[in-house]
This record gives sequence, C-alpha cells and structure tokens, in this order.
Amino acid sequence: MKLLIKGGRVINPSSGLDEVIDILVEDGIIKAISKDIQVDKNVNIVHADNKIVCPGFIDLHVHLREPGFEYKEDIASGTRAAAAGGFTSICCMPNTNPVIDNAAVASFVKERAAKSGVVNVYPIGAVTKQQAGKELAEIADLVTAGCVGLSDDGKPVLGSDIMRHAMDYANMFNLPILSHCEDTGLSSGGQMNEGYFSTIFGLQGIPDEAEEVMVARDIMLTGLTGARLHLCHLSTAGSINLVRLAKKKGLNVTCEVTPHHLTLTDEVIEGYDTDAKVNPPLRTPEDIEALIVGINDGTVDCIATDHAPHHLESKDCEFNLAAFGISGLETAIPVVMSLVNSGKIDLMRMVELFTVGPADIINLDRGTIEVGAIADITIIDPDKIQMVNPQNFYSKGKNTPYKNREFRGWPYATIVKGELVASEGIVR
Amino acid sequence: MNQKDLLGLKELRREDIETILDTAVPMKDIIKRDIKKVPTLRGKAMVTVFYENSTRTRTSFEIAGKYLSADTVNLAVSTSSVQKGESLKDTIKTIEVMGFDLMVIRHSMSGTPHYVSRNTNMSVINAGDGTNEHPTQALLDLYSIREKKGTLEGLKVAIVGDILHSRVARSNIYGLSKFGCEVRVVGPATLMPPGLEKMNVKSYHSLDAALKGVDVINILRIQKERQQTGLFPSLDEYANLYMLRPEHLQAAKEDVLVLHPGPMNRGIEISSQIADGLNSVINEQVTNGVAVRMALLFLMMGGSKNEVAN
Repeated sequence: MKLLIKGGRVINPSSGLDEVIDILVEDGIIKAISKDIQVDKNVNIVHADNKIVCPGFIDLHVHLREPGFEYKEDIASGTRAAAAGGFTSICCMPNTNPVIDNAAVASFVKERAAKSGVVNVYPIGAVTKQQAGKELAEIADLVTAGCVGLSDDGKPVLGSDIMRHAMDYANMFNLPILSHCEDTGLSSGGQMNEGYFSTIFGLQGIPDEAEEVMVARDIMLTGLTGARLHLCHLSTAGSINLVRLAKKKGLNVTCEVTPHHLTLTDEVIEGYDTDAKVNPPLRTPEDIEALIVGINDGTVDCIATDHAPHHLESKDCEFNLAAFGISGLETAIPVVMSLVNSGKIDLMRMVELFTVGPADIINLDRGTIEVGAIADITIIDPDKIQMVNPQNFYSKGKNTPYKNREFRGWPYATIVKGELVASEGIVR
Repeated sequence: MNQKDLLGLKELRREDIETILDTAVPMKDIIKRDIKKVPTLRGKAMVTVFYENSTRTRTSFEIAGKYLSADTVNLAVSTSSVQKGESLKDTIKTIEVMGFDLMVIRHSMSGTPHYVSRNTNMSVINAGDGTNEHPTQALLDLYSIREKKGTLEGLKVAIVGDILHSRVARSNIYGLSKFGCEVRVVGPATLMPPGLEKMNVKSYHSLDAALKGVDVINILRIQKERQQTGLFPSLDEYANLYMLRPEHLQAAKEDVLVLHPGPMNRGIEISSQIADGLNSVINEQVTNGVAVRMALLFLMMGGSKNEVAN
C-alpha cells in the first residue's frame, strides 16, 4: 500500500521544515520526503497544491463518553469527529461509567477503538478510584493496559496529600498527571466567569482564583515530588504567569489551552447561550491576550480541545441546569487558524502546539514527519471558507458556541498510518 | 412601546419606560374607582407561572389582569406536571397551545424568561429571574418616585442591602441610570457584585456615608440563608450596620423617600419607625405595582396609550 502526498507545503516543527515537497508513504510508514517524487500509475495520490501538510494532529483532551454515556458520544462517533476535524490521535478522559480506573475498562476502550474507531485512541486513566479523590487507582495496571497519563478530569484532586502520593507513584512510570485545576469551594454554584458580565447577567461567577489556587498548589507539589505535571485547559492570565515562573525554576510542568479560551470571552453568554457554558469558563479579552503571549513565549505547550459532547436536552434548558462543555473536535483547526490569519500566532507554532507539543507530553512516537516515522498526517486547506454547521458534525454533540460563524482554513485530509480516513470533512 | 416581551430594564429604552409610567397614571385611577373593571382586555388570556414563592407580585399581576377583564390563570407549579419531571420547554408549549396570549414567569434561575421567550409565541413578562432582573418591581419603584418627586431626572438614590443577589437592585440600577439618576449602593463587601464602577454605580459600606444628600432610599430584603453560607456573621451585626433607623435620615434630604420591595424583615433591614413613618411609601408601592402591571398588560396585549383613558 503506497500513498503519495504531492505538491503540498510541508510544515514539520520538530525539524523546522517548511517547504513545498512530496511525501511518499508505504505500509503506514513515511518512506521518502523529497521534491517531485514519481510513482507508478496505481499509486494513490493526494494532490496537496496550496495545502499545508503537517504531522497528524494530536488532542490530549477528549471526552469520548463510552462506556456509559453513549447517547452523548461513543468511540465510533467521537473518532469520526476527530478524523473530520483533522486529528489522527486523541486521548480520552476517564470520566466514563464505569470510570477508567482499572485495566479492564482501559482495555475495553482500547479494543473498542481498534474495532469501531478511525483514529488512534489513547486512554487517560483516573488518578483515584471512581475519581473520588480518596484512594489511588491501580496505576501500574492502567499503564500496562495502555494509559498514557492520569487525570481525574472534571473533578479536581482536592486533597493535597492524595495528589502528592499520586505524583510520587506516577513518577515511577514516568507518567504525567493531567490536572483539572479547580478549587470547588471558590467555584461552587458558579455559572460563568466572575466579573462585570456575571453581574450584568445575574449569574453566579467563578473567579480566576478558583483555577489559580490549584495551579499554584500543583506546581508546588511538583516541586516537592519531581513528578510530571500537565495542567489542563488553563484559562486565566494568572495561571499562565504561574506556569511561566515554574518553568523558569526548571520544574517539570507543561500546560494546554483550548481553542475556545483563545477566542471567546464571557460576553458571548449574552442572551444566556448555554452552548457558551463551559468549565473553566470563558474569561476576558485580557486573559485571551495572556494566553496568546504564553503561546508565543513557550509557556503553553499544546492546544487541546476539551471536546465535551452533550445531548441536546442537556443544553436546551435553563442556564443553571445546562451542562458545562463544548463539542470542539470539528472546529479546533478553523478556530485556531483564525488566530494564524490575524497574525496572532505563527503557522509553524500552531502546528507545533497540535503535534510535537502534545506528543512529547505523553511520550508518543508521533507528531513528526520524517523518513521512518508512522505516517499520521493532517492536511489543511488554508483558503477554504466555511460556516460552522453543527448539524453536519460527526460528533453526537452539537453544542458549539461557534454555530453559524464563518472561518477560513479547514482540514483537507486526515491520514492515519498511511490511510486516508477523511478528506474535505468527509470521513471515509 | 412595541415589543413582544418584557425581560428586563437593561434592554428597555427610556421612552418605553416613560410610556409605561404614563400609562400607569390613569390605571391607578381605575383601582380607586368603585367599580374597578374596564373591558379593555376582554377575550385575552394570561397565565402566571411562579417557580418561586411570591405573594404580592403574583397577586398583583392577577388582579391587574382582572381589572382589565383579561382571563387570568395561575399555574401552581408545586402541583403541576413539573413535579413529574416535565421540562420547562414542554410546560411552556402546553400552556401556549391552550391559547394564552401572555405569560408572567418567575424563576429562581437567571435567564429563564429569556429561554422561555425563545421557545414561545406568547408574550413573556419577567416577574423576577434569579439574581438577574425584576423589571416590574423597578418600574413600580420608578413610578412611586416620580409620583412623589415629580421627576426622576438627576435624583440621588441609595440602594441598601444584598446587592450581589438582588434582581431588584439590578433592575433599579438600569432604570434609574436611564433617567440620569446618581445611583449608590451600600452593604457589606461580601454582598457586593464585581463591576459596579463599570455600571456607573458608587458603592459604600457605611450607611451614613451612602445616605448623604440622597432623595430616595431603597431598602432590600436580606435573605436569612445568606448568613449560613458565610456571607455575614450574624443578623444582629447586619442590623447594627445596615438597619435603617430614624437617625440615619438626618444625612439624607429632608423629603427623602423610603422604599422597600417587601416582604420586610422589620428589625433587621428596616426599623418599624421608618417602615411606618412619614417618609415611607412602602404601602403605596404595592398599589402602584398593580397600576404599573395594568399598564404593561394593556400595552402588551391591548393597544396604544391613547385609548386608555376611556
């Protein structure tokens, strides 16, 4: 099985490559990268003229909802959403039912993904049993079953003692802890960012400090344990500053930001749009500015979607009753491309944040284009202009605050292990 | 005034507020008549749906509708299908298809009337949503002030109490600001929302300082549950700091008006000498509430303001 990607502008952050060059793939492996590769007639060719060819995009933060909540999403629909959105590898969070807190559930997810999935799926195991924050999950078993990180995402590990033990223990396996930072006392009852707009809309606010208090604590515990800490979906200027200081001190800290926190502010909740209800909440223009500075100065390591699909009824209701979360896999590339188009983020840097950035955090042997590498490739059409229509999502979750917004720059093709799984938004 | 719903004063224009207040003047006369009924809204149907307790607001809407000959129905939420798990959307649809023209809704969650409005062709009046707005209360406050002072323009108004959780405070701030009033709020730091300076509102923690030279004092009800969530130490300390007592009026203008949306906690946020004193318009507020709601129902279900006097 051969595949030639012809005439595209290849951007490979791990080597700094940025030129129009062809890529030949054979049996799922990149065989050759050079100008004007000629092949036999029977070889499939992806014509990539005026397209951007990147290593396959990796999303560290996806909720696939299976097992337990298949009416919101399942592995088949979630991986198709990933493929349509230009992702070749995704990590799925353990807040399923049952929770991915033991080898049996982790193996189930891996097997389902192999059978019904169309992209690579790497489970994240729970830090504590039932994500209850009390007893450590069987972490060695989770590693054996293929988990690439640990997280109680959705719930923070509130006890500093249990977080410390989790870090020490996970460090034996060189496993990162992906921390959802939230002081649930400070955020209790909160519906949106605390500030002028929470007052105007009469909704209870969640202060920046609900996140930052825990970012600071986790950074300190990483100082104590030396363990690898990855901070999920950071949303505030203060959090970015804390990470910057921690990195300056040489601590083992990485962090992610989401496309929605990079582009939307708390003002979009106007009219009580439940699709803009997300945790951590959308913040202010100053926070967006700080996240972008963090991207450009190396404080931010990757962009992750926090894809949180919900069923219609969970959003079509009173604002306080609506679920938190945004269905993000199918809008991530166009949304972040809007920052590239406006000159806020360099294209090479964007690709880095979606490829080698996340790959390094979970020690994945992907995220690069070089001879001998696994042929996971994402191709972007930077000129395609299209409106977001959630009804066309592969994801069962149609909950997006970007509905009816127009973007320029969409996924063109998604290639997993040398196989074309999606092209122009259509999954094969 | 030409709109389907009244969701808040935030988005209402000053002219619309004036139309409502002007229309309420002849409505108040109807209430004082011996035969308190006009046929204006005969054949129109309205329903009040209250997901939170209320005495005066619900009764006020009901009697306002009846004085205008509308058919009024109260949905008793605690005995309705809501208790069987029916969604709000289905409840609204069910009510709508019975032929109602207008729905008055109170709900503990902010933004619910906006959600209802998006899901129905009925007119929707917000009778208080969570900590967002209580527009008809603010309209009756504006009416009461205007009636006594002759104008709203340039008045200094102090709102006292739990500003953070108060929909009455928010609606009053929006309404008063549209008439160029200077709005001050006073209360403990734990009951102040962020962003007040951006709303052009001055905040105080000292009652004496806040009341200096004011024309109007609007006292908010303090909810006793707030103390249990750590927002202030005790009701006694609250009373020491913020209960409006006769000595406080010395700092205010001599003809200062005292308002309270009710129900009052006498001896906690307001002393009886004040509540029953000469400066108080608290009882008259209730009558004005009926007049203002009659005006609104008329404008939203009936016709233009010229027809009302007949």
